Amino acid sequence: MLRASWKSLMARKLRLFMSAFAIILGVAFVAGSFVFTDTLGRSFDSIMNSTVGDVVVRPVAGDVDIESQPSSETLPGSLVKDLASTPGAARADGNITNFGTFVVGKDGKLIGGFGPPGIGANYTDGPAAKGLQPLSLDAGRWPKATGEVVLDERTADKAGYLIGEKVNIVSSGSQPRISAKLVGIAVMEGGTAGASLSIFDTAQARDLFMEGKDTYNDIWVTAAPGTSQEELRDAVAAKLPAGVEAVTGDSAAKAAASDIQEALGFITTFLLIFAGVALVVGSFLIINTFSILVAQRSRELALFRALGSTRRQVARSVLFEATVVGAIGSLVGLGLGVVIAMGIRTLFGTFGLDLSGQSLIISPRTVLVSLVVGLVVTLVAAYLPARKAGKVPPVAAMRDDAVLAESGMRGRVIVGTTLTVVGAVLLGTGLFADVPKPTYWVGGGILGVVLGMALISPLVGRPVIAGIGWIYRRTFGAVGLMAQQNAQRNPRRTGATASALMIGVTLVSMMAVFGASAKASIDAAIEKEFVADYVVSSAVGIPFSAQVTRELESVRGVAEVAAFRWDAVDVDGERGSATGIDPQHVDVIGDAPMASGRLDALTPTSVSVSEEVATARGITVGRTLELTRGGVTKPFTVSAIHKESTLLSSDYLLSLPGLESLGSPRTDAYVFITREAGTSAAQVGRDLDTALADLPVVTVKDQGEFAEEQRSQINQMLYLIYALLGLAVIIAILGIINTLALSVIERTREIGLLRAVGLSRRQLKRMLRLESIVIALLGATLGVGLGVAFGMALQRSLADDGIDVLAVPWPQLAFFVGLAGLVGILAAWWPGWRASRLDILRAVTTE
Amino acid sequence: MTTDLAPDRRGTMAPPEVAARVADLVKTYGSGDTAVTALKGVSLDIVAGEFTAIMGPSGSGKSTLMHCAAGLDSVTRGSVRLGDIELTSLKEKDLTRVRRDHIGFVFQSFNLIPTLNAEENILLPLSIAGRKPDREWYDLVISTVGLRDRLGHRPGELSGGQQQRVACARALVSRPEIIFADEPTGNLDSTSGAEVLGFLRRSVDDFGQTIVMVTHDPGAASWTDRVVFLADGRIVTELREPTPERILETMKSLDAKVQG
Repeated sequence: MLRASWKSLMARKLRLFMSAFAIILGVAFVAGSFVFTDTLGRSFDSIMNSTVGDVVVRPVAGDVDIESQPSSETLPGSLVKDLASTPGAARADGNITNFGTFVVGKDGKLIGGFGPPGIGANYTDGPAAKGLQPLSLDAGRWPKATGEVVLDERTADKAGYLIGEKVNIVSSGSQPRISAKLVGIAVMEGGTAGASLSIFDTAQARDLFMEGKDTYNDIWVTAAPGTSQEELRDAVAAKLPAGVEAVTGDSAAKAAASDIQEALGFITTFLLIFAGVALVVGSFLIINTFSILVAQRSRELALFRALGSTRRQVARSVLFEATVVGAIGSLVGLGLGVVIAMGIRTLFGTFGLDLSGQSLIISPRTVLVSLVVGLVVTLVAAYLPARKAGKVPPVAAMRDDAVLAESGMRGRVIVGTTLTVVGAVLLGTGLFADVPKPTYWVGGGILGVVLGMALISPLVGRPVIAGIGWIYRRTFGAVGLMAQQNAQRNPRRTGATASALMIGVTLVSMMAVFGASAKASIDAAIEKEFVADYVVSSAVGIPFSAQVTRELESVRGVAEVAAFRWDAVDVDGERGSATGIDPQHVDVIGDAPMASGRLDALTPTSVSVSEEVATARGITVGRTLELTRGGVTKPFTVSAIHKESTLLSSDYLLSLPGLESLGSPRTDAYVFITREAGTSAAQVGRDLDTALADLPVVTVKDQGEFAEEQRSQINQMLYLIYALLGLAVIIAILGIINTLALSVIERTREIGLLRAVGLSRRQLKRMLRLESIVIALLGATLGVGLGVAFGMALQRSLADDGIDVLAVPWPQLAFFVGLAGLVGILAAWWPGWRASRLDILRAVTTE
Repeated sequence: MTTDLAPDRRGTMAPPEVAARVADLVKTYGSGDTAVTALKGVSLDIVAGEFTAIMGPSGSGKSTLMHCAAGLDSVTRGSVRLGDIELTSLKEKDLTRVRRDHIGFVFQSFNLIPTLNAEENILLPLSIAGRKPDREWYDLVISTVGLRDRLGHRPGELSGGQQQRVACARALVSRPEIIFADEPTGNLDSTSGAEVLGFLRRSVDDFGQTIVMVTHDPGAASWTDRVVFLADGRIVTELREPTPERILETMKSLDAKVQG
């Protein structure tokens, strides 16, 4: 029996390859996401290990997570000497670090991408944890005096600076512009992951980032030989003043790395979602392929039964084939996954997150998970066809017309409808009810609806096929009629094939509706609330020096300048978003509807709470709230309650001094600017550009440009998603090719007869093409329908988060349907070619 | 072994029109040592308006002869003419058109497209050609085959005999120069078989249709005007106005010759 299965497998290599392809892609995404995540993790682990000392002493407020801006709390310089004499300490070094210091290249462009920080630091020769030297000189020497700088190799290279040349640097510290002579090139252990390094001598770093005070951001205490990190930490902790803590290097590094990984965790989730989509679509393809193969082999299987094989043996022989397909698919998928991981790494490199210093990590877990996922999906998908194979009665071997009994539609409709309804309920709950982990509800709901629809698609699709069929008969006569009839011949097969395409189209349409709604909402919000003439924002996503804002006030023609800062604060242990504004110029930021109180009356000790938070927590005007940021807690009086608006949507609005009093740095995220009446918009825009010309870290945009930037950010996200979903569509195309190719084999005699009575090759190809288009359009129509419904639900659920305009991009959706038709034409090409090459005589006389 | 231009059965002395002419036809399958020659130089004239049967034992080449004559199979050497058209020199595309417009087919089994109903099946060749049927002729054909009340049924809902009659109607409806029938009664019981043969006979008598039928059944062959016997890739003899008895006798003698 095994031998027989193996032989039949080899006889159908091509078809099985096509079903294996679905597994390959799905597994590749699973493997790719694991490999990339592991690589990313290892990469940051090694980077973080060289950014901590044996014991790190820092302000408690300094332990801020990735949502918040870095702390401006510092340690006094005297503490360094004090700690150096701790028993068990070999030395202590004070570090000054700033994350908004970027090098300007010779061409005037900023070095660094959107995301990774530009690090400005002081030079110390203190070793990192475990004696590691984090930095080594590649050329030149370390900075010794003010006016000297050392850059990391990659940055110096990209910027085009040679030793001895003058380097332009912009910083979020109190001096936005820095000019220094390049005296050395440094290499960081483990790479910088795209961050740039500018290293100054301690005195200059103090001037640049510490407003000239003898203070540090943190202190590394190096352990003397024989002293453990823990022992040293305990010894150091005893000497620390209040508000300062000591942590071991190991735990500090681990915490920092896991913070970053958590922040980048969305990449893994994202890839795994696509892996899931690919595998679901792929399992449709496998079910279909094996069903058709079983149907075609029913006589052969019946012969096995007649010769004495048990049902289980027959079923097992089919499962054996599935196992081979699954195993091969998983292995190839694993290999492709590594390639995908390399691709993502390269892609991230172009965005500035350079991970090339770390080789790819293929852990045993990755291999195991990939193989198990691939095998399990294949076997589950092949189970039903295998059971059906076992049910072939032995007598079918003797009969001429061995046809497998088609099970009734009723059970299918009941299960399909139930799944659809349950899915819709899950989806609705996830979107609109307050449940934990709403993404799981939404994901499960979408999966339920899609699978349910796939089951009932043979029924739901009838009107679609009938409609297309009507056009076909009118246009193509007998060829069109036969194409339509063929598509309806085996509704389950057509349904399953179309459903594979439906899934991809559903998700694409959903994202299209969501994206269009988001863009329309942004446009509407900008139209309604954007009162400023210009907005200045960071080019790298990292807030810029507040000094820049001050300079803009003096540009000719500028009337008002309003700074805007993001941060996060805790109230009663619960995290909330915070925005810092200048109360005097808040009207420039936008129209802020108030429930009570006024924003322009905010003082350094008062706060405005959003209506949502106020209602949820029963906060009223006049109450005092304890706001905590890092380790700093200060009381604030609730002086106002603001309603939701696009820009002023944070849970807490504070004055700039108020936010600074919590340790938030003096850096701005946006600056909104209005011009004086009677000035030329273009002229003031040009003057602003000129004022900021040497600060490529920020850009000036007018209303239209700002809206365009927001839209293009959404578009970029959409294109990425489309590209990934495109893979699901490719699997679906393979599904159509597979189904058609198998149908051609099934209909060999019929095709021969048609050719004998005068159907030309072209007409035959057209017939298959039309059938293929029916399948594709059916999938696309169902997909667009579902996608629009999902997209509308998604928009509704996010109406409170600013996506309050529903926009359905009909032309784009029509384009998707048209594209599906094209997919149908492409998919029919190969089966049509094969059919047209069939030997008429063999087709007519075949038994 | 050419047939003389004998006076046709209607007794006129005018030279009979030749619907199809096969000359020195050789058909070899495979090549080298494994080559099998199915037809070893066959020449045959099919007279227009006649019902011709081709008989012979299994492996005699009778089906191959029909397939080559009908443009379904390529020939190794020799000529096949249908009216004025030399089929052996035609390209695939033109050959398809010839089959569509000038030839009708009735096969032993699987004659109909299962997704189309009887009427659609009958009109298929015309429909493929994009031609409108001649209504009067169509009606005449339908009443002759006696299927008027079954036109909306699909093949699955028709008996074997009814299916073959639909196939005959399809072959006839485009008024082809010649109809090739390959064992059209092979899968039918005797009553249904007689119905089909009666219908073919009538097409020849009433409409002047030319029909070539391959069969191994002496009973079926006795409905024809002329029976051509093949053995071992060659035409060995022929009978005119055959009866079942004479056909059987001829077959026996052929068997004896082959065995002897």
